[in-house]
Amino acid sequence: MSKLVIDNVSRIFPAVRGGTPTRALEPTNLSVADNDFVTILGPSGCGKSTLLRMVAGLDTPTTGRILLDGKAITGPGADRGMVFQSYTLFPWLTVSENISFGLRERGVSQRERNDIAKQWLEKVGLTSFANHFPKQLSGGMQQRTAIARALANDPKILLLDEPFGALDNQTRALMQELLLGIWERERKTVIFVTHDIEEAIFLASRTVVMSARPGRIKADIPVDLPHPRHYTIKTTPAFSDLKARLTEEIRVEAVLAAEAH
Amino acid sequence: MKPLAPISSTARVVLGISFFVLFVAAWSYATFGGFVSKTFLANPWTMLQDGWFLLVKQGFLHDIGMTIWRVIGGFVLAALFAVPIGILMGAYKPIEAFLEPFVSFARYLPASAFIPLLILWAGIGELQKLLVIFIGSVFQLILMVAVSVGSVRRDLVEASLTLGARDAGVLKRVLIPSAAPEIAEILRLVLGWAWTYVIVAELIGSSSGIGHMIIDSQALLATGQIIFGIIVIGIIGLISDYAFKAANRRLFPWSII
Repeated sequence: MSKLVIDNVSRIFPAVRGGTPTRALEPTNLSVADNDFVTILGPSGCGKSTLLRMVAGLDTPTTGRILLDGKAITGPGADRGMVFQSYTLFPWLTVSENISFGLRERGVSQRERNDIAKQWLEKVGLTSFANHFPKQLSGGMQQRTAIARALANDPKILLLDEPFGALDNQTRALMQELLLGIWERERKTVIFVTHDIEEAIFLASRTVVMSARPGRIKADIPVDLPHPRHYTIKTTPAFSDLKARLTEEIRVEAVLAAEAH
Repeated sequence: MKPLAPISSTARVVLGISFFVLFVAAWSYATFGGFVSKTFLANPWTMLQDGWFLLVKQGFLHDIGMTIWRVIGGFVLAALFAVPIGILMGAYKPIEAFLEPFVSFARYLPASAFIPLLILWAGIGELQKLLVIFIGSVFQLILMVAVSVGSVRRDLVEASLTLGARDAGVLKRVLIPSAAPEIAEILRLVLGWAWTYVIVAELIGSSSGIGHMIIDSQALLATGQIIFGIIVIGIIGLISDYAFKAANRRLFPWSII
């Protein structure tokens, strides 16, 4: 059975001051299997973030419904962890306190919170920064903390909205490896939104390509590269073929999007 | 000078003090040089003598104490009211819609205009003085606190929601801690305004306090005493400002790193 079912979901933003309503997302169907790593690839304005926000419960579909484990999503909740593109660590909490925010909200004891935070600090390599405030960290460290914060809550599904979009290329590559390493060990269900083709292939077991406004799913491509993946996989022929194919798909959309603006 | 280029802390202190020196020098030049009549403006030396006379012979310390107590009393009262109401207004839009128009209206009512009414209602005792300061600061505080809570970053609230925070959790663990440094800063700012109201309150129907001393000195044409009183207010303001800033740095280390 599918973990997550997106059933005929669309989103139309109401008109602002006499303008026309914005059709951000055409009716969309998508199923995500348990333990799958799905990347959603598309140009800006294709509704991919809108779709992810609706899964998170931060936005409401205009039509259709979203089911997680067969239960309809009505609002945000701890079962769907989210990592945002902007840095959203709580600046008044230390790295360790940030990671245990969700646990504390659930009433987990201080001791257990510390234990779990410690484990996650280790997994993302930030043990020596446990008592730092977010402002003292680099962008990459902040996003690593944000990933740890979302996963420490043990959600059923992890949602990532261009989490490495603001990072430089080298840091971004390291972060991809770190995230993939965590996924290979923990086998969480993940939806990862990005506009970076290489990132979409490297991380995914399946890539969904979306078209420009109005957003809809254009292609659904399995990524059958073996695990565990090493960064050198990016230079293999199989990777290059996928990249060429996705580049073609996305280029048409990018051109259309550019013409529309 | 380059725009926004930082300066050393020594240079900052020296420059800050030199303006005070320049100010007193200009004042001395105008008064000792005989350009301004003694009746209108006392010279610095007379001001110091008058100040000494006030402190030693007139029990001015008692006046200073009374004024400080009124400011703090009225201000704490206002803060106890305004901070919770402001937080609720900032967090819950129906409460904001209910209270905001009235508070915005009340904010423009000058506290000093209430003095005659307050004398009728509360007499000329301490309660009346506290109420002037209360009215003067409570509405400002409510609005400013509400704005600061209402403008907490949306993405932080959303992050907390995806981590399982519920309504009370969002308020207690995101909105309040996020707005806390700004609320402390607002308190510091409005405390400065409270000083204006206390002096006005003491100018009318009062038998003690710095404002009362100033209005007495006017009758005696003792401009030295008036200036001394004003300077004392300035110094107390400066000290409380520094204390507030130091406390904020200690309480909210994360906001200034």
